[in-house]
Amino acid sequence: MITINFKINGTGKELIVPGTATLLEILREHLYLTGTKEGCGKGECGACTVIFNGKSVNSCLVLAPQVDGCEIITIEGLEKDGELDQIQEAFIEAGAVQCGFCIPGFIMSAKALLMENPQPTREEIKKGISGNLCRCTGYKKIIDAIQLAAEKLRDK
Amino acid sequence: MRIIGKSVNREDAYEKVTGKAPFTDDLSFAGMLYAKVKRSSFPHAKLLRVDTSKAKALTGVHDIATSNEIPGKNLVHVVIDDQPLLADGLVKYIGEPIAVVAAETPEIAEEACELIDVEYDELPAILDPLKSRGEDSVKIYGEDNIFAHHKIRKGDIEQGFEQADIILENTYRTPYQEHAYLETQGMVAVPRFGGAIDIHGSMQCPFYVQQTVSDILGLSLNKVRVIQMRTGGAFGGKEDVPSLVGGQAALSAYRTQRPVKLIYTREEDIISMSKRHPGWIRYKTGMTREGELTAVEIEFIFDSGAYSTLSSIVLWRGIVHSVGPYNVPNVKVDAYAVATNKVPCGAFRGFGSPQVIFAGETQMNELADKLGMDPVDLRRKNILRVGDRTATGQLLDHSVGIGKTLEAACGKADWMRKKEEYSKDTGETRRGIGLSTIFYGVGLGAGGKHLAKTGAYVQVLKDCTVQFAVGTTEMGQGMRTVLTQIVAEQLGVSYRQVFMMETDTSRVPDSGPTVASRATVMSGNALIEACKPIKQTMLKTAAKLLNSRPEYLEFSGEEIMLQKEPKAKVAVTQVIEECHNNNENMASEGWFVAPTTSWNAELGQGKAYFAYSWATNVAEVEVDTKTYEVKVLSITAAHDMGKAINPTQVEGQIEGGSLQGMGYGLMEEVLTENGRIINPNFSTYIIPTALDTPEVVPLIVEEPFEDGPYGAKGFGEQPLMGIAPAVTAAISDAIGVKLHELPATPERIMDALKRKGEGK
Ligand code: FES
Ligand code: FES
Repeated sequence: MITINFKINGTGKELIVPGTATLLEILREHLYLTGTKEGCGKGECGACTVIFNGKSVNSCLVLAPQVDGCEIITIEGLEKDGELDQIQEAFIEAGAVQCGFCIPGFIMSAKALLMENPQPTREEIKKGISGNLCRCTGYKKIIDAIQLAAEKLRDK
Repeated sequence: MRIIGKSVNREDAYEKVTGKAPFTDDLSFAGMLYAKVKRSSFPHAKLLRVDTSKAKALTGVHDIATSNEIPGKNLVHVVIDDQPLLADGLVKYIGEPIAVVAAETPEIAEEACELIDVEYDELPAILDPLKSRGEDSVKIYGEDNIFAHHKIRKGDIEQGFEQADIILENTYRTPYQEHAYLETQGMVAVPRFGGAIDIHGSMQCPFYVQQTVSDILGLSLNKVRVIQMRTGGAFGGKEDVPSLVGGQAALSAYRTQRPVKLIYTREEDIISMSKRHPGWIRYKTGMTREGELTAVEIEFIFDSGAYSTLSSIVLWRGIVHSVGPYNVPNVKVDAYAVATNKVPCGAFRGFGSPQVIFAGETQMNELADKLGMDPVDLRRKNILRVGDRTATGQLLDHSVGIGKTLEAACGKADWMRKKEEYSKDTGETRRGIGLSTIFYGVGLGAGGKHLAKTGAYVQVLKDCTVQFAVGTTEMGQGMRTVLTQIVAEQLGVSYRQVFMMETDTSRVPDSGPTVASRATVMSGNALIEACKPIKQTMLKTAAKLLNSRPEYLEFSGEEIMLQKEPKAKVAVTQVIEECHNNNENMASEGWFVAPTTSWNAELGQGKAYFAYSWATNVAEVEVDTKTYEVKVLSITAAHDMGKAINPTQVEGQIEGGSLQGMGYGLMEEVLTENGRIINPNFSTYIIPTALDTPEVVPLIVEEPFEDGPYGAKGFGEQPLMGIAPAVTAAISDAIGVKLHELPATPERIMDALKRKGEGK
């Protein structure tokens, strides 16, 4: 067991967890933040994507000791005072959601992408989400949604 | 109409973009245990001994159940009763379940599985489906390893070939395809008072799970309640196999009297859950010089794996779709589902049709080539129209949109010009264009008549909101949204006032499975039935408010008005309040039985399905002539689904299905070695990513179906079905290669070119 201190969705936390626990397990099983999903547990699908010190990562590949001292944003951290993030709004409006299991991961990848590059091209969007698998949508409306979110950001 | 035909936002989008949507693994209960399954490591072996003593001694282990501990029947009923929940003395595929462990953590359960000592006596296995029927093959099912044989006999096949000027004969092979739904299989079983049990899980068919749990535990059906959680993709892969998962979780929960969660790992899911059947398919097609089909003779074999599961009806859909959407006077089809010592295959979007569609459409494209005729013109000559009969002799009396989809897709893709332009490519990369025309029998058809029913429940509450329930499920396809639109339209309330309750076997009677693109038609119609008495009550009440008679009134938007005098009207909300004040019954049930179908199994003739949806796909590709890498540039897909109740959801189905179809055509292939799946993860089983997406252009064609809600037919499966042959035709067009095997990887394209070079 190890003690870790970190910031999750803006709030400081101290936890005692097994040293072998992954960030995904910490989120889902210790903090009950179940919006982050497990699709493979091996870094192959992106369903577990969160923002880790400003970058998108597969949380199933991050181990507890690495979490200490870090800042993490999950899907639960995007809605502020009942207001959705533009990316979330855009996913709804563009019809980008089907089964929804992949969606939190895509939104977090999109968030990281737009934090770094607020006006990406379609090709840059495709690259930015190429680590996320979706079996339902064919990606088209997901790419549309991220483009729409970028427009919303620009117009704000 | 106010809401039908409008692209309202998905009913469940908010909870899915915020991470609040509850999937199975997000559930937890006090005192919950975790289950893991011990699985076979041999394709065929006797189980001499299953020793659980060491595993039981591990701290934190609460229960280990083998076949001996099953209180009821050791059976997973699908069609033919040959599949046990847990192997009893014999294993028939690698990954077959042998025991279920329940422990305090998933890690302990996993460790316990490893400590279970299984002594096997390995038996020779049958792995090659083409040898399965052979006289001296190892027999694992009946006397001949044949789960099913279906046939079609129409006209006179010999005469048909005599009338032909050209005859084309080819053999095709298609691979296993993995569903790769992003959420793996999972169930949570919770014991209840009175000896009852609740099952929460990811699934398409709660009534199937209810049956299996009842069989396994020896409990009557009224004590088994199954509740569908949000389901993270299914595509047929959560049709029958969740019964295994549910049965396993239920067994542990029942024995420990504790809630039990069972979530499959990705690898476990890929090795042990159903797949699309690999196919071996032979076509012989006869045609006149003018391009008229005279005869089609087909034989195909589906590698069905170790248990029969859904293979018989998958095969049946295969034969009905094998001749394609064409007029063919003489037809002979024989198809076999054969047993092998591999993972049982089952339902996957298209259900036995994508295999034969690949072969049949490739035949059409190659015949056009041989005749020097444009493949679009060849389709125009042969496609089915109103008044024609299908290969099974079914008269098509309305809602035949194939011609319209053909013109829409080819027009939009600018077929003639592109064909011409691409033929001039001379560089290192060459472009090509290809097409497929397909049809899809909606619903279970004559192969599943006994399940062709659906229930619904609707209640209008005193705050003017509506809740409803159906027996079919949402798995991502958009059913919740479409049904919510139908109920809102029916009752004169706004879309946001209506809420669909989770699908739960205790809310509506057995409604059959959510498969065969049937949910919109079946549940939509059952809901319309359920709304009828409530609407009558509302009209009666409104009549009192307007000093009129119910028969003079009608619903108009969110009001009820006098037909002759539209100014005399009252808001639906006011009527609802009044109904409640008057103690009216504002809840009702609805029931819908599918229009009749019929089948003569000896001749393979009859009204196979109550309706058909139709589609044309045009694919454009670019092929690198050095590496043989294929880039799909665009897919233009025109679909006739009768009525698009929500056009954005329709587009979503077309876009997603097209990409799955492209994966099937170009890259996806489950590989086995000695019966073992050797690519059970997403780094070796490759599905398309955002970087592979072509420009998908969805086109909606509406030829209304008179028995469908607002004219709708189902269509969720068909976006996948015809993509592979359109893509391979485009590759052929680009570099002149004939492709008869999927997926068309660079290696296969190279091999096919080599064979061509050798004059084959
Ligand atoms: S669960 Fe982490 S990448 Fe799939
Ligand atoms: S919406 Fe189902 S996997 Fe993406």
